[in-house]
Amino acid sequence: MRIVAKGLTYTYDPKSPFAAQALKGVDLTIEEGEFFGIIGHTGSGKSTFVQHLNALIRLTGGALKVGDYDLSDKKCRFIELRGKVGMVFQYPEYQLFAETVEKDVAFGLKNFRKGMREEEISAAVQEALETVGLNYAAVKDASPFELSGGQKRRVAIAGVIVTRPEVLILDEPAAGLDPLGKQELMQLLHSIHGSWCKTVIIVSHDMDEIAENCTRAAVFSEGRIAMEGTPAEIFRRADELLALGLDVPTTAKCAMLLRGRGIDIDTDFTCEDFAEKVLALWRAKEGGDA
Amino acid sequence: MEAVRFENVKYSYRGDEAFAVNGVSLSIEEGQFVAVLGRNGSGKSTLAKLINALLEPTSGRVTVFGMDTLDAKKTFEIRKSAGMVFQNPDNQTVASVVEDDIAFGPENIGVPREEIGRRIEFALDAVGMQAFRKATPSRLSGGQKQRVAIAGVLAILPRILILDESTAMLDPKGRREVMEVVKKLNREQKMTVLLITHFMDEALEAERAVVMHRGEVVMDGAPEEIFARSDELESYNLTLPRAAAVCKRLQREGMPVGNAFTAEELAEVLCASLQRG
Amino acid sequence: MLNDVTFGQYYPAKSFVHNMDARAKIVFVIAYIVAIFLADNFYAMAAVVLFLALAVLFSRVPFGRVLRSVKMILFVIVFTAVLNLFFSSVGEDAHVIWEWGILSLSWESIVNMIFLALRLFLLVMGTAVLTLTTTPVELTDGIESLLTPLKWVRFPVHELALIMSIALRFIPTLVDETNRIISAQKARGADFETGGLIRRAKAMIPVLIPLLVSAFRRAEELGDAMDARCYSGSKGRTKYKKLVFTWRDLVGLFVLAALITGVALLNHYLGGKFDILAYFF
Repeated sequence: MRIVAKGLTYTYDPKSPFAAQALKGVDLTIEEGEFFGIIGHTGSGKSTFVQHLNALIRLTGGALKVGDYDLSDKKCRFIELRGKVGMVFQYPEYQLFAETVEKDVAFGLKNFRKGMREEEISAAVQEALETVGLNYAAVKDASPFELSGGQKRRVAIAGVIVTRPEVLILDEPAAGLDPLGKQELMQLLHSIHGSWCKTVIIVSHDMDEIAENCTRAAVFSEGRIAMEGTPAEIFRRADELLALGLDVPTTAKCAMLLRGRGIDIDTDFTCEDFAEKVLALWRAKEGGDA
Repeated sequence: MEAVRFENVKYSYRGDEAFAVNGVSLSIEEGQFVAVLGRNGSGKSTLAKLINALLEPTSGRVTVFGMDTLDAKKTFEIRKSAGMVFQNPDNQTVASVVEDDIAFGPENIGVPREEIGRRIEFALDAVGMQAFRKATPSRLSGGQKQRVAIAGVLAILPRILILDESTAMLDPKGRREVMEVVKKLNREQKMTVLLITHFMDEALEAERAVVMHRGEVVMDGAPEEIFARSDELESYNLTLPRAAAVCKRLQREGMPVGNAFTAEELAEVLCASLQRG
Repeated sequence: MLNDVTFGQYYPAKSFVHNMDARAKIVFVIAYIVAIFLADNFYAMAAVVLFLALAVLFSRVPFGRVLRSVKMILFVIVFTAVLNLFFSSVGEDAHVIWEWGILSLSWESIVNMIFLALRLFLLVMGTAVLTLTTTPVELTDGIESLLTPLKWVRFPVHELALIMSIALRFIPTLVDETNRIISAQKARGADFETGGLIRRAKAMIPVLIPLLVSAFRRAEELGDAMDARCYSGSKGRTKYKKLVFTWRDLVGLFVLAALITGVALLNHYLGGKFDILAYFF
């Protein structure tokens, strides 16, 4: 599903002394199949934007189309849309509620696919749990509250992907995890992106995460889009990002500093790719010397 | 002077379970800035709670400025000397106004009114939150909330500041704010700091890093020294800072580069070897 | 649903009334309520209305905002007023308009109804001025201070105040959290808007359980944080905030004394509420 937003505006608590305009005209297109990154400070409007995509926040200004769903149309089938645009909130483990893992994961399925047979449900739950890297037989009857933090988060993600949404949105999916946990989670998202969900959108503060994983990204700032493009295009403008008070991936920052000192090296993101570029430069120089 | 001492300390949450802290011996000097690293569940938070007597060791001994944490008569003295800031910025404030919240600690230990006013002043200055004296904590950003939490602890005038993953839930800006405050306190007030974190780059700010794994202290030394032992670090499921990972890879390919831990340092060492000759 | 994260109805502004001591305002409202029920003729009632108008004016809260608090209980006012209209006994010499069994309508009962509705209206408006101009914290402090004498009978005033203060502090946090959980479950297809009462109650389970679990987790962490900050009950505790009486409070209390005296005098010299009917009959 292609997502097209035009001139999106939104104000919280309008007409009260606390009125706050969160979106001031956002134009953004996200193509089907992208692994899209959304960057921005807390309060930049990024969360408000993504909550428009599955109509958790109703459109009040501008136009928004998600696939064939026109969200400005009052007759739009919002519930159906939510089955196609899955959303994993920040710290999703805090939304677990059922007495067993199996029941919790099945919750969305029972809501969206009324009348599904029990065998079909457990088959789908099993597949979802195994996709997030959990042993179905071992965890299905456990209480979700007994699991470790990392396992809880995986159960929560399984509870969203179980309906096979076409678009999967995750708000800070790796927040609070340790470095290895973060790596494992990003690997999981890539495997979901390849198989379960056509489009994956992550909202993140972690620039390294965006740089290493996304095909394209947008930078939100004060309710508008400040930059949009591939990570290479965005992080080449490292100085602008720093001026917005945002971070820059380690390798991009290093590349920026090297360019400033006359070493021509392109911005690249994974440690491996960047090291390769440096090695190429070094070998060229050594070869030239010899 | 020795600020904190662990002597073969063991702790288990329930009698029958594995030890969350398993035979730790450790000594921290006053004024030191120590980072404690480790994966989630490695026992680093338990270690922190043992210091200010929120937990009592199952066996072994923990002393804070010579006071034994098992001595019930010393509990308040210990908590006054070792202040602690927690992980969730939303769960530490008791009042709906910043200054009232900072007053909570001093009120508890019976500080006279005028003195409380001075301490609020001092604490707000130390964390750079003067402008938010009358603000409501729930309307502040995560970084600001944690600075208020630090101010609330500073108002009881501790000599040790323990941060139990206090940056884990913050965005990069909030983390920077909190780290600035902590560094300044260590530098200017000679505050002993125990920073529990899983952000490797934060450990670089400390003068000493302690790595915990399955309840034990497995590495202890200067952060640069610890990161240089990268294979060992990886065996404890910890990852190198990205700049260090790039260096390691280059060195493996035979390129002569020094060690670097930040983007700036990396640019420096790469420049040196690419422009040499 | 639960959109406003500001608990209570506090309306931030700088005004004479906002700046008054919370205790003075609480005493004020109590006395004002006494005046409302004391007032027994239209002149006295007019004095109370005038007083309320002045209070609203000096509070700088838009009149519409104050009026909105009445909207919520408008039904209650209308309902009691109508009941009162038909069922009030107004004595033998009432000017009956219409009668059917135990139901009767008379001019006297119309006057009664007007008084009752007016009293309820003034009551709500007056307390609204208090809650609109006083933060929940100030209110708590004010109540604690006014209850202090009860410490003599070992009533745990400090603990009660701390509980109220923590509850107030956590309400916005928990409201945020509830909103987040509701959104998350809606994203998983939960439906809170359709179905009968029982279905809707059942639909709340996926919200209430995580909320409870989270509240317990927060309570545990808060307990640790309070312990770490040396909390050990009210013994040996000092207090930083002192509520201070200022000239405003003194002026306010004078106005208040004037109101009560005025109402009493008007009641005494200008007769009862039914006297007005004498003009018509």
